Amino acid sequence: MNLLIDIIISGLISGSVFALLAIGFSLIFGVARIVNIAHTAFYMVAAYCIYVVTQRMGFHPLWGMVAAIVLVTLLGIISYKLFINPIREHHGAVLIATIALAMAFQEVMGIIFTGSYLSVPKLIKGYHVILGVKVFYQQLLTFGAALLILAGLWALLMRTKLGLAVRSTAQDREVANLMGINEARVAMATMGLSVGLAALTGAIVVPLTVLEPHMWMHPLVMMMAVVVLGGLGSLKGSFLGAYILGFAEALVVFLAPMGAFLKGSVALSIMILVLLIRPEGLFGVSFEEER
Amino acid sequence: MERWGKGILILAMAFLFAVSSFTVVSGQDTIKIGVIGPMKFVQGQGHWNGATMAAEEINAKGGIQVGAKKMKIELVQADSNEFLNVTDATTAMERLVTKDKVHFIVGGFRTEAVLPMQDIAMENKKIFIGVGAAHDELCNRVARDYKTYKYWFRGSPFNSTFLGRTSFVHLATVGAILKGSLNIPKVKVAIAAEKAEWTEPLIKGGETAIPAMGMEIAGIWRPSPVATDVTAELSAIQRSDAHLIFTIFSSSVGIPFARQAGELKIPAVQVGINVEAQKDGFWQATRGMGNYVATMNTYARGVESNELTKAFVDTYVKRFNETPTYTADTYSVIVNSLAPVIEQLGTLDPEKLIPVMETRVHKSCSGTVAYLKDAEGRHLHELRWGPGFLTALGVQWQDGELKGFWPNKWKPAPEAPEVTYKGMVPYKIPPWMIEKYKK
Repeated sequence: MNLLIDIIISGLISGSVFALLAIGFSLIFGVARIVNIAHTAFYMVAAYCIYVVTQRMGFHPLWGMVAAIVLVTLLGIISYKLFINPIREHHGAVLIATIALAMAFQEVMGIIFTGSYLSVPKLIKGYHVILGVKVFYQQLLTFGAALLILAGLWALLMRTKLGLAVRSTAQDREVANLMGINEARVAMATMGLSVGLAALTGAIVVPLTVLEPHMWMHPLVMMMAVVVLGGLGSLKGSFLGAYILGFAEALVVFLAPMGAFLKGSVALSIMILVLLIRPEGLFGVSFEEER
Repeated sequence: MERWGKGILILAMAFLFAVSSFTVVSGQDTIKIGVIGPMKFVQGQGHWNGATMAAEEINAKGGIQVGAKKMKIELVQADSNEFLNVTDATTAMERLVTKDKVHFIVGGFRTEAVLPMQDIAMENKKIFIGVGAAHDELCNRVARDYKTYKYWFRGSPFNSTFLGRTSFVHLATVGAILKGSLNIPKVKVAIAAEKAEWTEPLIKGGETAIPAMGMEIAGIWRPSPVATDVTAELSAIQRSDAHLIFTIFSSSVGIPFARQAGELKIPAVQVGINVEAQKDGFWQATRGMGNYVATMNTYARGVESNELTKAFVDTYVKRFNETPTYTADTYSVIVNSLAPVIEQLGTLDPEKLIPVMETRVHKSCSGTVAYLKDAEGRHLHELRWGPGFLTALGVQWQDGELKGFWPNKWKPAPEAPEVTYKGMVPYKIPPWMIEKYKK
């Protein structure tokens, strides 16, 4: 029984982290068909922003979060205007450009902060014991944030004009254009929103982890696995995929402690297995139907 | 316009070339020493800092006497980038021996990268003194194929087998303290080892040594070396009722493991090897939650293995504002191992230096260096471990300071005299452990 509780709680926590990252990535792909490999690099930049604001400037972590979200969103919009928008129609080029962008961020952070491992303070310190399992308040915050962000996104997409424009663009870009929707502006707003979500994720998750310039790579792999499993561009799929992989990781750690290092590989194997059975992912559009 | 573009490109390339060939002191009558390591990381910075200190100290005295002339030391830095790409490490080593034409090489960190680096140095007959990698195979190669591998020497640390032996002594020491202070009849040990080549012999050794010490193995956990969240592993360890966690970490996982265990107040003390906990930055990286974490180490402020330690540690702290870790042993390797032999023989010829280096017993900043032979009497160029030679230290984070707790009245054998280094303090049990077990 104890083992089951451990697995459920660990799975929910890991799944929430993956979900937070995957939702933003999925959003920009669903709307603008941009595979933004630099998504987790923005998360890394946000982490360093918080470090600077809290550790170098001495402000409260909340101010660090605000600064990180604002600055990284701006950085995302500028990057979009300069590097992605001019080549948007060439999907392969966008992919390569975002890889280059991520590497550039990594190198810049490496030059400024070296490869030393750093950390930032938690927004809420301490832990709570749930059914005998110790869970950080920050982890509970992550779980809550994942649910809130999904609800907020749903409200934005379903209840606002911008959401209507985003959905129309995601459904058919050309028709949306003909109906008077400024598709380029919608794509830019979505990019801002997506990068903002990456920054927010960084702000919430980073106090639980270690800062270093390569910290974006592992989450990138897991995030890609989540969105491919859930179906590229599907928010619902990303959310569900995140928790499936979160539980897969928890199962490995608790049932095969000697193979705990395999948790990422097992999660990726599940993704491959699902793709073999259902190539479009759990909730994705099948490749043949894609525009 | 096109001409301008080309000009800028050529200038940029020239600049990059100049930067990549960064050297300290330049001249013809110099002894060129290649310092290879992951320079963007603390380990590589330790390599470079130690070597810089050595070069500055020797050059300030006019250099090394080689026959009739004094030769200054010229350091050549090579970034192996070995944490991320082993190929970069071999390229850096190739550059040192072919383009920079160094006389000697010091450094290297990850065994996986040092093995191919070693091959390149050996092919080019360059003396390569390893400062970082611990795998036994590096020296076993010397015994198996002396003609090829005789140019390799281990500088620091001693090999995985001895690292294991030392950490088991630490484990036994802390286990006895727990047993005595908290009245735990049988201490349970969780082994937490990152998934890496060098940890395998230590785990195997632990499976035999721990029961032999009268303790019980509660389980073995193998997180990824770069795991950033180990709360699931820690929950499982807590469920196993372990009193002691035997850590075997050299990568970044040592930080989240220590930090999260401290934050969750996991009632089990950490002892073993945690390379991240050897660094001053550990306290900040764990936000103080790494308090009471114990690890093997080479240096600690205020601890003296011999009469050379204090001057080295104090000067290093003054110069670089941090405590040296074992990769800074490039200092001892140059000052205590290499320079005296060059002066003694008056030559840079490896063929003449090697026979003296492999038999010479001398003091370094962390103990006395002597090289071992294998059971068949073949040279290994492997460091000798044990009282009177190199033992390393057991250190523990105590309220923001890294304190030495071992060797402190250590008896290597029942009849042997006690060994205590200057500056040792008692080991401290975390208060939440005392609270849980001392009724």
